[in-house]
Amino acid sequence: MCDQTFMAITFGPCDNCSTTSPLMNIYIKNEPTNYCSFCVEMMACQGLLKGETLASLKNESESLKKKLEEERAKLHDVELHQVAEKIEVVSALSIKTRRVLKGHGNKVLCMDWCKDKRRLVSSSQDGKVIVWDGFTLNKEHAVPMPCTWVMACAYAPSGCAIACGGLDNKCSVYPLSLDKNENLAAKKKSVAMHTNYLSGCTFTNSDMQILTSSGDGTCALWDVESGQLLQSFHGHTADVLSLDLAPSETGNTFVSGGCDKKANVWDMRSGQNVQSFETHESDINCVKYYPSGDAFASASDDATCRLYDLRADREVAVYQKDSIIFGVSSLDFSLSGRLLFGGYNDYTINIWDVLKGNRVSMLFGHENRVSTVKVSPDGTSVCSASWDNTLRIWA
Amino acid sequence: MSGSSNIIAMKKVVQQLRLEASINRVKVSQAAADLQQFCLQNAHQDPLLTGMSSSTNPFRPQKVCSFL
Repeated sequence: MCDQTFMAITFGPCDNCSTTSPLMNIYIKNEPTNYCSFCVEMMACQGLLKGETLASLKNESESLKKKLEEERAKLHDVELHQVAEKIEVVSALSIKTRRVLKGHGNKVLCMDWCKDKRRLVSSSQDGKVIVWDGFTLNKEHAVPMPCTWVMACAYAPSGCAIACGGLDNKCSVYPLSLDKNENLAAKKKSVAMHTNYLSGCTFTNSDMQILTSSGDGTCALWDVESGQLLQSFHGHTADVLSLDLAPSETGNTFVSGGCDKKANVWDMRSGQNVQSFETHESDINCVKYYPSGDAFASASDDATCRLYDLRADREVAVYQKDSIIFGVSSLDFSLSGRLLFGGYNDYTINIWDVLKGNRVSMLFGHENRVSTVKVSPDGTSVCSASWDNTLRIWA
Repeated sequence: MSGSSNIIAMKKVVQQLRLEASINRVKVSQAAADLQQFCLQNAHQDPLLTGMSSSTNPFRPQKVCSFL
């Protein structure tokens, strides 16, 4: 037990730079202080300035970059689709629209499945967040948000709460109650606060922590109960548009992608950027881990999806076709990782064979851009959300 | 002051590159083989890949219940 306690302020002016932002409570020389996350990062570099000049650092960074490229190239002995030549081709898929969920008044921007495999939450430009039962098409809850463009929404692992946010720069958590008459908006809890729009949010393995990504270029880990900023992730040089948590067996990392064309892998405990990939030619709209956790895929405005292997530390596959010229907004893997579903701005969903690299099938039906594509937790269906105000469940 | 903040920023870049250069990497052939093995091992449990008959598909077309 600590014998010294002080008021842990979670938001306010930083003791170092005076900017008002979420604060991290730390001890410097046994004195409790409140620093903003940026000052904490800068502090880690302070003590290392002796004997180094700007020129020597520049030289070192150039030589390190070259060394990185050489190391990565050395291991590039074969292509993924060459390794996969001997396996059977994917048999014809019979995936069709099984449900159309109508009810939103404007573009549906995001959706997430509940772990019970039938419920899902969706958020829209009209400021509404709706919880649906996918089997019966029942709308179980409808929460009005104070802002339009609710760009991110997530279901808690327990199924008892949802988180959402967007242009309000915040991520708010709403506990879901069984009482239909209860006013959900009144029970809202503001958890995360960023200095620009919220682009993505997800609960970690429990209902107690939320990971968020924002247009301010950072990702952050928050404690839901206190609203405290637990860890902050700096490294992107432009808006971060998407993030995904590693599957639970493989540990505490997550991947983020953004408008700086980079996809970064982070260690959640230390806040360290452990790996970085920059091969896309335009903004990365979505990143998703491969089910085994050893790789991840990214979707970009350059009309390609790319697969990066974390152990080989490089891009191993590009999913593209000359006839596909529209950007990909979202993607997800099927349960075994063999199929990759990509939602495109040309209103279609393309299904790719992850190993062989070719397109297996296309899903038509939406009448406007597909904004989000997510496979259900048991892998039986795919849900897609679109700017045509509807969601479709395909199986 | 801006000089030292440039140095700090550069120092961060170099630290990051040092970290990235020092990680252990495996050959693409090895990594690709592992990805392929994972796919094949789990293929039969993947409903979207193997297809489901209408009777077992939880999203089958809704049937109307009627009293007899």
